[in-house]
Amino acid sequence: MNTHENLSESHAAGSPRLFFMIWIWLVVITAIEVFLGYETQHFSPTFMLTLLVILSVVKAILIVSYFMHLKYEKPSLALLLIPSTVFCLCMILIFFFPDSLRLLQFRSH
Amino acid sequence: MHETKDDAAISSPWGGGESPFAINSKKFGMWLFLVSDTLTFAALILAYSYLRLANPDWPRPFEFSPAIINTTIMTVILLGSSLTMVMAVSAAHGHDRAKAVRYLLLTAGGGVLFDILHIREWFHLFSEGYGFGKSPEGVPLFGSAFFGITGMHMAHVTIGIVYIAIIAVGYGRDKFTADDVEVSGLYWHFVDLVWMFVFPMIYLMSIKL
Repeated sequence: MNTHENLSESHAAGSPRLFFMIWIWLVVITAIEVFLGYETQHFSPTFMLTLLVILSVVKAILIVSYFMHLKYEKPSLALLLIPSTVFCLCMILIFFFPDSLRLLQFRSH
Repeated sequence: MHETKDDAAISSPWGGGESPFAINSKKFGMWLFLVSDTLTFAALILAYSYLRLANPDWPRPFEFSPAIINTTIMTVILLGSSLTMVMAVSAAHGHDRAKAVRYLLLTAGGGVLFDILHIREWFHLFSEGYGFGKSPEGVPLFGSAFFGITGMHMAHVTIGIVYIAIIAVGYGRDKFTADDVEVSGLYWHFVDLVWMFVFPMIYLMSIKL
């Protein structure tokens, strides 16, 4: 019973105005990404890819913490979910980078 | 005295007396599912990146007009449907049933619009000779990777539309609680989140590497 009341209280976090502001930010970052996609003269593909990934991660953090409410949950939930997911992603990436970079070097330009 | 000791043990987070995460089991189950789905999509996107690096003549059929304009509109629609989903959840927790159902239906509508635009985009590519396992440039892997990822995402959107529609009808008839609305919201935001990676990785990286 007690936990249930606490639950409903925690749900009050985040006003429609805040959600709208987060949404505006997400749209703005999307616009920046589309713009970056056509800045091929100034940036190298690697730099552009890095920027796009960073911006996408920023968007993911905004969505997960505000829209998916993780910021207002007990910290234990985020501590369980985020590090385990990041660890698994790193395990995939360990095999991805050496192979894909070698592939790039094999190319005859 | 013995009883109070037992009570103390059970009511501690480690005794099983209360959830260590202070959320209901449906929500926790959805979070675990989303973690596993994250890894599925991560594997698909990395496979796409790998194949792309391995093929110097990787097809890049995404011109600014119409492909990028179309997908940018799709992105904004999906983000907008996430916003209406958040509004639905906050209305449901504020016990405003009619408003929550209205927002849920708007969210499902946004999903339908996204699917229509995405299928239009697909048919445009079909007419140019692309398909699952075929492409006019002679890199059939492009077709498989592209339609594999976007098809997987579209399947998630379509399942989400059905899921949210069921929740909207059920919640309107008092068969579901506000927590059920919130759990469906988690799924919908995740679908949105995946698109935030698919869009830049596949559509915006349309440059020669």
